Amino acid sequence: MALARRIANLFRRSQVDREIDAEMRAHIEMRIEENLAAGMSPDEAHRDALVRFGNLASTRERTVQADAALTLESIARDLRFALRQLRRSPGFSATAIAILALGIGASTAIFSAVNPILFEPLPYPHANRLVTVWDIFKSQRSETTFGTYRELLARSRSFESMSTFGPWQPVMTGADKPERLDGQSISAGYFRMLGVRPALGRDFVAADDVFRGPKVVILSDKLWRRQFAADPAIVGAAVRLNDDTYTVVGVMPRGFENVLSSTAELWAPLQYDVATLENFNTWAWGHHLRIAGRLRPGTRLDDARSELNRIAANPSSAFPRPRWATLSGGLIVDSLQGDMVRAVRPALLAVLGAVLLVLVIACVNVANLLLARAVERKGEFAMRATLGADKARLIRQLLTESLLLALIGGALGMGVGLAGLQVLVALSPPGLPRADAIALNAPVFAFAFALTALAGLAAGLIPAVQTPRVQLQPGVQQNARTAAGSRQWARSALVVSEVALALVLLVGAGLLLRSMRRLLAVDPGFNTADLLTLQVQTAGHKFDNPDFAHGAGDSARRHFFERALDEVRNVPGVTAAAFTSLLPLSDDPSWVALYGAHFENDDPNSGRNVFRYAISPGYCQAMGIPLIRGRFLDERDTADAPQAALISETLARRQFPGPNPIQNAIGKRLHVGPTDRPWYTVVGVVGDVRQTSLEMNQPFAAYLSSEQTWFADDSLSFVIRTRGDAAALAPAVRDAIWRVDKDQPIVRVLTMSRLLDISIAQRRFVLVLFEAFGLVALVLAATGIYGVLSSSVAERTREIGVRTALGASRANILALIVRQGMAVTALGVALGLGGAMIASRAVDLLLFGVSRLDPITYAAVAALLMLIAAIACLVPARRAAGIDPMQALRSE
Amino acid sequence: MPRLLEKKFKRKNQNMAKNDLQGTLDLLVLKTLERTGALHGYGIVLHIQRASDELLRVEEGSLYPALHRMEQTGWIASEWAMTETNRKAKYYKLTAQGRKQLQQAEESFDQLVKGVRAVLRFA
Repeated sequence: MALARRIANLFRRSQVDREIDAEMRAHIEMRIEENLAAGMSPDEAHRDALVRFGNLASTRERTVQADAALTLESIARDLRFALRQLRRSPGFSATAIAILALGIGASTAIFSAVNPILFEPLPYPHANRLVTVWDIFKSQRSETTFGTYRELLARSRSFESMSTFGPWQPVMTGADKPERLDGQSISAGYFRMLGVRPALGRDFVAADDVFRGPKVVILSDKLWRRQFAADPAIVGAAVRLNDDTYTVVGVMPRGFENVLSSTAELWAPLQYDVATLENFNTWAWGHHLRIAGRLRPGTRLDDARSELNRIAANPSSAFPRPRWATLSGGLIVDSLQGDMVRAVRPALLAVLGAVLLVLVIACVNVANLLLARAVERKGEFAMRATLGADKARLIRQLLTESLLLALIGGALGMGVGLAGLQVLVALSPPGLPRADAIALNAPVFAFAFALTALAGLAAGLIPAVQTPRVQLQPGVQQNARTAAGSRQWARSALVVSEVALALVLLVGAGLLLRSMRRLLAVDPGFNTADLLTLQVQTAGHKFDNPDFAHGAGDSARRHFFERALDEVRNVPGVTAAAFTSLLPLSDDPSWVALYGAHFENDDPNSGRNVFRYAISPGYCQAMGIPLIRGRFLDERDTADAPQAALISETLARRQFPGPNPIQNAIGKRLHVGPTDRPWYTVVGVVGDVRQTSLEMNQPFAAYLSSEQTWFADDSLSFVIRTRGDAAALAPAVRDAIWRVDKDQPIVRVLTMSRLLDISIAQRRFVLVLFEAFGLVALVLAATGIYGVLSSSVAERTREIGVRTALGASRANILALIVRQGMAVTALGVALGLGGAMIASRAVDLLLFGVSRLDPITYAAVAALLMLIAAIACLVPARRAAGIDPMQALRSE
Repeated sequence: MPRLLEKKFKRKNQNMAKNDLQGTLDLLVLKTLERTGALHGYGIVLHIQRASDELLRVEEGSLYPALHRMEQTGWIASEWAMTETNRKAKYYKLTAQGRKQLQQAEESFDQLVKGVRAVLRFA
């Protein structure tokens, strides 16, 4: 590593100094020896030597300068020479630079995207002390209750502060169109816990967060700019939210990133009535809040985890707990960052692993190219060695060339990375945390440049180590065969590793592709084509249920929705329309729609959690959910009629095992939710529907007439079956609803096929990246095989000529070369299959309906690689078969 | 001559002399290495003295900046090795480039000597 040492010498002058000192000391001592031999006294001999030498200090200084200045100059000369060499073979240089740029660019882009999510600390002071707490309810992670929060707040000692918060989606009126906003209701210390302060106005204080406290709100910078034109006098102004007047008390800073709810644009205090905790049958004991806290300095996450779980396991009489919040399953305590990335971490790590594989393949490929070039340039190096260039000098020259390649590749790779990052952000699935923080930043630059240098050194190392052998050869003759064996061996080893790595990557891509196929083959249980959906929220005091007029608000709500539905059905192009409280494959939170279902004669302590759908007549028909037996709900099922319900097929089969479960279900009676109301009678059994996602099979469902449920849902989703383009009807449908009441916001206007796309977006994102990387790896591996065989054919021209002269047929020669290429490929495939069986663990969590050891995928990928390899073999093999024996024998 | 000009002239003159001297030293070293193969600095000094019949006595230390400069330029290469008296010393040898340089330097030195002779003879 001559060059490296020289560069290092510039910074470690002491070592250069030592060497110069040793050289001069040797000189003086030799003079002294001679003087002594000539008969001088030791003193005299010493003095004479020094006098003859001259000024030791200044000589040493001048010598050091000569070394340092000229080292820089000689690096520049090496660089110029390397540039000239690269220009001389543009094909090689362009290929190598393109491969490096691709490898470095892709890894830079991916690392940039992953860095703020997985590795960078969150944008809060001492972010590592922030933790989140989840309840475990029926062995599933679940939101916590307000009661649990109060108990943990009072009993735990690990936390400097603790906050609770929940979603809040108020409707803002006053502008030309009503708008439903995303916000959070928070306990007063929420922002202080995170360590952020409003940029304008004040934070919430304890006095804000009390029952019937002041109606105050803090705005995000974005909302402040969008709705209030960044009015600096906004603090103290009034806004209409949910038909109430709120006072703006603060505006958050522009850079505030709220990772606990990234879409929230405004905040209001929670204002819980602590007194209601005494009664378990209140909202305060529902699982609908989240908890986050800041640990005391010096407290470790593990300590906090064990403390909270100790509290969970030891109830105190001061804090009674209801049956559904016993905390007997323990609590999930995780760092805020760990909690945030929980859902995307496996996908991101898999993508990161894939891109690193691509980078390694790129480096191997470039090393291979450089090695091939070293073989071609053997004559040149032998000549230079003969002319007196020393070994160190040649190695330095080669390393300079490969470093230069890597640097140019790295610079271009930066460009590729920037472009790739834009593509990544555009492709990124909704719900990717911290997507706004993704940027090509300093650590990413550092990472890319470290990679660049490493790639250059790695690629330069192999030829540089091999070249000195050239010097052992006698003379300058173009003696190709003697050293060819070992070098060919090294190149074959590189190709084997390329094939193996490509196979690992392709198996990953194949498994993901098969998962996607399996997933898309899942029947959602309804017809997703030509279906427009939108959600209508009702807001305003006209829908309140005051004590003096019980149910007045509910009937106003029902009345509004029914009139809106009538208007929608009259829109030209609409063939069927209906509404539901819970829309399949949407982001409707499932926890608010899961209710216990108890059939008549069930054990009172048993029961199943079912999705409750409050629907209008015609819902199943509009969705295309098939009727299996009985009848659909229709206009008969009014508030005064006997209570009727539809249940899903699987619920019927589980509930009534034995012969004819479906038939048995009809006419049975059940409660959905509260048990103190009249029974619902099953009038029909309908097909199962995928509610949360295509992956999740949660087939228990009950459909009730919206007029016969015990409360009127405040937001309903309309499903509208259309002739032709569903999305095109959206404006007409919206206007129809606003003709009934212009103050009701309409949100999430999406076709069902779009909702389906969104639900598989993350999976598709990972798949697209794996496919792209797999393709690159495949091309690189094929290039490697082709390159090795080509140069092997060139080196064996004479041997092939002899074989042909001795009677080998064209087919024999073809087979000879193809066999050589396929042997290398087969070894790579065998190693790759082993590697893939281990590496596929990385994508295990992303698979659906296919094992990570799926033999079909492995076989198909191996076959694909063999096929591509065979094609790559064929070109050099045909060239070999075309060799004219006379010419080949004469050429040397 | 105005003082300023005088000073300038003097300095220029000095530089010329120095360059000349340096060029001559390089020539002597290169020639020595051509004759002897590989040699350490002390050996080079001895050889120059001996070969010039003690006419040329270089200040021994001044050899080293020149040696290092020539090594960096690529005219000579070095290697640590043991002397006959079992001492570690840095041995220098000529490179192909150095050989070419030596040839050029010899030719231009011959021209210089011829020129100076001619002038002296004419005078």
